[in-house]
Amino acid sequence: MNAVTDTIRFENVSKFYGEVLGVNRVSLTLTPGISTLVGPNGSGKTTLMNLMTGLVQPSRGSVSVLGLSPSNATEFFCNVGYCAQFDSFPRGLTGFQFVLDSLMLFGMSEEDAHALTAESLERVQLDGEAAHRKIAGYSKGMRQKIRLAQSIAHHPRVLVLDEPLNGLDPMARAESLALFQELGRQGMHVVISSHILDEVDRISDRVVLITGGYLIAQGNIHEVRKEVRDKPMQVLIRCDSPELLASKMFAVNHCVEARLHADGHGVFLRTGDIDQFYRLLNEIAAEGLVKIEAVAPADDNANAIYQYLIGSDGSAS
Amino acid sequence: MMQQSLGSAVGILRQQPWSLWWVQARRLTRIEIRRNLFTRRAWWIYFLAFIPAVIILIHLLIDSHPGFGMSDDSAVLAGVVQLYYVRLGIFFGCLGIFSRLIRGEMIERSLHYYLLSPVRREVILLSKFFAGAVSAVLLFGVAVVADFVLMYAGYGAAGRDFMMHGPGLGQIEAYLLIVVLGCLGYGSIFLLLSLMFRNPMPGAMLLLGWEAINPVMPSLLQKFSVASYLRHLMPVSVPAEGVFALLTVETEPVAAWVAVLGLLALIAVVLTYTCYRMRRLEIRYTTE
Repeated sequence: MNAVTDTIRFENVSKFYGEVLGVNRVSLTLTPGISTLVGPNGSGKTTLMNLMTGLVQPSRGSVSVLGLSPSNATEFFCNVGYCAQFDSFPRGLTGFQFVLDSLMLFGMSEEDAHALTAESLERVQLDGEAAHRKIAGYSKGMRQKIRLAQSIAHHPRVLVLDEPLNGLDPMARAESLALFQELGRQGMHVVISSHILDEVDRISDRVVLITGGYLIAQGNIHEVRKEVRDKPMQVLIRCDSPELLASKMFAVNHCVEARLHADGHGVFLRTGDIDQFYRLLNEIAAEGLVKIEAVAPADDNANAIYQYLIGSDGSAS
Repeated sequence: MMQQSLGSAVGILRQQPWSLWWVQARRLTRIEIRRNLFTRRAWWIYFLAFIPAVIILIHLLIDSHPGFGMSDDSAVLAGVVQLYYVRLGIFFGCLGIFSRLIRGEMIERSLHYYLLSPVRREVILLSKFFAGAVSAVLLFGVAVVADFVLMYAGYGAAGRDFMMHGPGLGQIEAYLLIVVLGCLGYGSIFLLLSLMFRNPMPGAMLLLGWEAINPVMPSLLQKFSVASYLRHLMPVSVPAEGVFALLTVETEPVAAWVAVLGLLALIAVVLTYTCYRMRRLEIRYTTE
């Protein structure tokens, strides 16, 4: 494997829909694992996914997936599966028929197509009785599952998922996330866009933040968080006397905010210098004045990074 | 030099996965024929195809040939084919079938499933076209055969002899050729129109107008009309009387083989351009 045949690459890609900007000058390289596209509505996430899979063509620049181009459909789509956000299906089909019809176009035998259909339906936990009913009678969650089954049925190396958790109940969301995690562990590329940041955050190897068609940050969540230097980092410290700890911490000038945890057994502290902060915390613990039970970053996640870099109104800060 | 480039072109063609494309095309065609023929939305195309047969059947049951001869009925049948099927039935039937193949799926937001499959877009398009053609030919071909059989069934043994051993056999062959070429010709144009315009109906109406005035156009322009080619294949000429004279204007005489090849060439050009459009097609359902 070399770098080109194992990565998804955007090289200075722009896409305009007439006069409307889709994405502008995006250069991005995604390695195997789970990558999450994060951004507000209309930020260009779906455009990036559609560019990746050839549903739209770049106005400028080039896109390659594992060194392949969507124009070579035969090889490309044997390696790529895309679960798009369009909640629609060809009319009159059952879930089973829908997946089976898709697989038959790969040129495989009917026997193999049946086996792979059954396997993919099992992976998304859609039971046999439901699979043989018409899709028109499915709930939103079941439709989401059947689209996911269709996109993974041929065992692609790259799986692109546009809002895959929409419409799923908490149990089904957890099952889907476990499936994505398993696929990521197997060395697949899993590219996800989702608004449910808290859940996706737990499984992502990297995030790509995008707003207004511009890429504003990318990389491992912790690295991206460190790069956001103008926002003091927040740390939750579980201890027996949070008030005392807060007063000690406020004695140093890099600590800018303290907030007691609702249960009274912890404090959220914000600091502009995380290294000094931990050194001081060690000293306080060594003095024995405060018994520290646990320390954890409280804003080292996709949600916080989204708030810092993009803001709740969707405009990059 | 030219031999070398020809040799390399042949080499490239040989390297293509033809057997895979063939399997994909067959399977795609099967799926599409199922969608074209066995949906509730296809009922009006069945109606368009079989309404003349129903009318002829009613005539057969109620007033079986009072004072008409077989030659009169041959002229009536020729009129049904030229004035109804070519001008209206096949025209609007193909509009319904072929404009739905791509545009209909864009409106239903399901075309992306095909575009995300490992099938070349040209194979998708040509398979859809073939499936549309098979569906249209099946419907209108069966309907014309039914019209033909019902038209002469009332004549008993003489009618059977006319159909099986007389000039009837040649006539039905010519009508079926007209149906096949009509479906292919209009089908290719409506497929292209549906790729070019969100609503292919205004384009179809322009085509209908063009087809109507085409016979009075200069002979060069007559080559860009499906109906004018089909007119040359009619086994029985339709008497140009009254209002029908407008629709049956005599065009420059052309040999049948020229008409067939001319129409096939027109279809090939239209399909080639349609493949080019398909290759550049982008999925933007929000604009549908």
